[in-house]
Amino acid sequence: MAGAHAASTDPDALSWYEATARQRVVALADPGSFREFLPPTERRMSPHLPLFDLPRAFDDGIVVGRAKLDGKTVLVAAQEGRFMGGAFGEIHGAKLVGLLRAALTLKPAAALILFDTGGVRLQEANAGETAIAETMRAIVDVRAAGIPVIGLIGGRAGCYGGGGLIAGTCSRLAVSEGGRISVSGPEVIETNKGAEEFDSRDRALVWRTMGGKHRRLIGGADAFCADSVSAFREAALDLIGRAPAFDLATLEAEQARLESRLARFGDCRDATDVWARLGVNDPDAVPAMDTRAFDETVARVREADHDAR
Amino acid sequence: MTQWRGEREARDARIAAGRAHADGKVVPAGSVVDLLEAVLRPGDRVCLEGDNQKQADCLARGLAACDPGKVHDLHMVQSGIVLPEHLDVFETGIAKRLDYSYSGPQGARIAKMLYGGQIELGAVHTYLELFARYFVDLTPHVALIAGVSADRDGNLYTGPNTEDTPTVVEATAFKNGVVIAQVNQIVDQVPRVDIPGDRVDFVVEADTPFYVEPLFTRDPAAMTETQILIAMMAIKGIYAEYGIRRLNHGIGFGTAAIELLLPTYGEKLGLKGQICTHWALNPHPTLIPAIESGWVQQVHCFGSEVGMDRYIRARPDIFFTGADGSLRSNRAFCQTAGLYACDMFIGATLQIDLMGHSSTITQSRVAGFGGAPNMGSDPHGRRHPSDAWMKAGREGQVVGDPALMRGRKLVVQLVETFGEKLVPTFVEKLDALELAKKIGLELAPVMIYADDVTHIVTEEGIANLLLCRDADEREQAIRGVAGYTDVGRGRDRAKVEELRARGVIRRPEDLGIEPLDADRALLAAKSIKDLVHWSGGLYEPPAKFRNW
Amino acid sequence: MESLTFRHTTKKPLPGSVPNAITGVVASGNLEILLERVLPPDACEVAIETPIAGYGAVWEAVVADFVARAQPGGLRISINDGGARPDTVSLRLLQGARLMEA
Repeated sequence: MAGAHAASTDPDALSWYEATARQRVVALADPGSFREFLPPTERRMSPHLPLFDLPRAFDDGIVVGRAKLDGKTVLVAAQEGRFMGGAFGEIHGAKLVGLLRAALTLKPAAALILFDTGGVRLQEANAGETAIAETMRAIVDVRAAGIPVIGLIGGRAGCYGGGGLIAGTCSRLAVSEGGRISVSGPEVIETNKGAEEFDSRDRALVWRTMGGKHRRLIGGADAFCADSVSAFREAALDLIGRAPAFDLATLEAEQARLESRLARFGDCRDATDVWARLGVNDPDAVPAMDTRAFDETVARVREADHDAR
Repeated sequence: MTQWRGEREARDARIAAGRAHADGKVVPAGSVVDLLEAVLRPGDRVCLEGDNQKQADCLARGLAACDPGKVHDLHMVQSGIVLPEHLDVFETGIAKRLDYSYSGPQGARIAKMLYGGQIELGAVHTYLELFARYFVDLTPHVALIAGVSADRDGNLYTGPNTEDTPTVVEATAFKNGVVIAQVNQIVDQVPRVDIPGDRVDFVVEADTPFYVEPLFTRDPAAMTETQILIAMMAIKGIYAEYGIRRLNHGIGFGTAAIELLLPTYGEKLGLKGQICTHWALNPHPTLIPAIESGWVQQVHCFGSEVGMDRYIRARPDIFFTGADGSLRSNRAFCQTAGLYACDMFIGATLQIDLMGHSSTITQSRVAGFGGAPNMGSDPHGRRHPSDAWMKAGREGQVVGDPALMRGRKLVVQLVETFGEKLVPTFVEKLDALELAKKIGLELAPVMIYADDVTHIVTEEGIANLLLCRDADEREQAIRGVAGYTDVGRGRDRAKVEELRARGVIRRPEDLGIEPLDADRALLAAKSIKDLVHWSGGLYEPPAKFRNW
Repeated sequence: MESLTFRHTTKKPLPGSVPNAITGVVASGNLEILLERVLPPDACEVAIETPIAGYGAVWEAVVADFVARAQPGGLRISINDGGARPDTVSLRLLQGARLMEA
């Protein structure tokens, strides 16, 4: 398989954070089951990047296709966070939108989006922004058709900008400690609000505020996994099995929940304040916790699990 | 009439002037400028402690804020030019002349100022050399030093980063100089006395804790396959071959990769206990897996490293620690250890020429040397044998009576053929020579001279320069590992193959190494978080290295 | 962007029957290599797109050494370069050849 040569393709040993998009997809799926749509040999590359004297990628930074997960057919899209920060361009976005729309006819057991993105590619911003909107619309249609859309987040680029918006429309999200979910990135916040408000170089602060553990504790993500492909696979299977209904009641509950979150935590100055209010005994110990200790902490926090994310 | 006590009387006068701004020895941070203006005299030699790590930054800010009408034309004698203030004083005329060792972060600015004539340069020294001159002809009139805490009598606790302080104080305090220490805290009793109070004249309680840069932290996440390949070659082709037990590592990614391969690749080769047991080394976080796996017997440190304090406290069998439990480092002693008690130095450089001279100086940056020229030199004063040292001596001996043969220290350059932005590491002529001409240096700033270098390791192979018998062989041996640089492509292919047949050049395949096996899976730790796990949670990495 | 193409004749075809493979990622200091078994068994073509101009001679040498070593007959190799160093290029080419031989 293209790109399969890696540190290891053993899903237990392969770090999600370190793996390329192709390695993730291949190791996530049942062995040998992944079939790529528009593979690199098709050379569907960005028409815009050459104008900026920037190198292109044969797959425009996203791998899409069909695979089996525990025998069930799923559609998979994986962003390559190292190519232009995994950002959405015209082709990149069109591949994701096309995949999701195909779900309506292919009726897979789920659509999986392996996010690894800083948001929209500046060089093709209009097309990228359009792609974000189209993707969200497509996800709504797919979910309305009863197909869960699961987001898996644990790459270097995190899930930012439009990617963060799209993640918000998914049925369920799994995140690892290294994964980050937000809309404005740390540098953007610092640029607009100053380093006193948010010091983007303070990486502990960045992860406390946007990282996987925080998102899991406040219920922004529905599963927390160790940084291995096998852990993400397990989480994906679990989340497919317990995707929430997509109806008015869910949306209203989600709105109510967001309003109460704002009311309850709006005055917190730091994520550790939020965790304390959530009932975490020793908030300062959270960042250093291993997966098992963190799972135990999550189990004691009621907000972490909620159908309305 | 001969005056024998002039310096002493001048010192007494300076101290008397300074006392006006002090309560006993203690000076509030707000009075630093007054104190310095009272104590300093135009033209003074001043050591403003700028170590590799610990910075007397409060005193540096104070000095930069002095009135150039009162304090001017100082001669700065300090190992590190690290903070912007270290150079600001030359722009305002407070300082005029400079003798130093290392200027990593200020390398570009110092080059500009040297070229613009704003700094009158004495010399760029090695650490030991500058320390030596403190006791001969560059003795400071005033030393501005940094510590963690002091009591009201001036007894000083330097913390784990003792570094240069004892040396600077020794030279200043015992030769009629004035010692001013900044500390983070005045306490009733210091955890341990690193500098006795009678050598410290004034203590300033700093407004903020002194700044320490995590200079020796290399994130395993950034290590490349090429660096891993080079590390594998070094371990198998040099460490194992010579049985290197006592050594010093540079601070680059290449040597950090070696540290991370010991518990994996080194273990597989059965080298545990055979190599890398005794070190002169800063407490590199990347050494943690090797320590935890039982490879390392002991480590003496030049200075400490941010985040390593708790780990070091918990491993006193490995590190040198005080009665209080914290690390005691000492740059002068560790440099001496690296020079005389180690069989190998291995480190990186920015440029290597056709003979093997190397330099970290480029036309736009004067980084200085630090300790590398001492670590990376064959000490002719060494008189104790070791297997590694004797083997290298035998390889290098061409003529002469075998009974009079002496050993050789291994000095290994570990480089990738191209550096950042595709800048070639191998060059026909060092930029240092051009720079020397441009700014009128009598001595070109060469970091390690060719006659000290024994091996060059690149991703293409190992060149054993000890086995070269003439200048032409040496040049072809270097070209033969210089990859696709102009120097590498300019090789005499037939000659290079001949050198390879003789084992002067060894390719990965000659060592039984498959380049495609050079994989990140071999690293004992792939991330900073892995290092934390290895340390049992004792290593506390600085925020900029975290992703959790 | 600079485009470079090198054509070589090889002594033998690359073993194996994998029709195509891709390795590497277009990122700073890295590159992606797409290998396709579409040429006559004694031909190899390497086409490069690189944002860094002026390294034609280095690419030529890297490709020539790779061809001499791997004898990648039958392959069309397409490279999107992100400013990789020559040693990285060599490594990726060998990795790609190994994937095709599987």
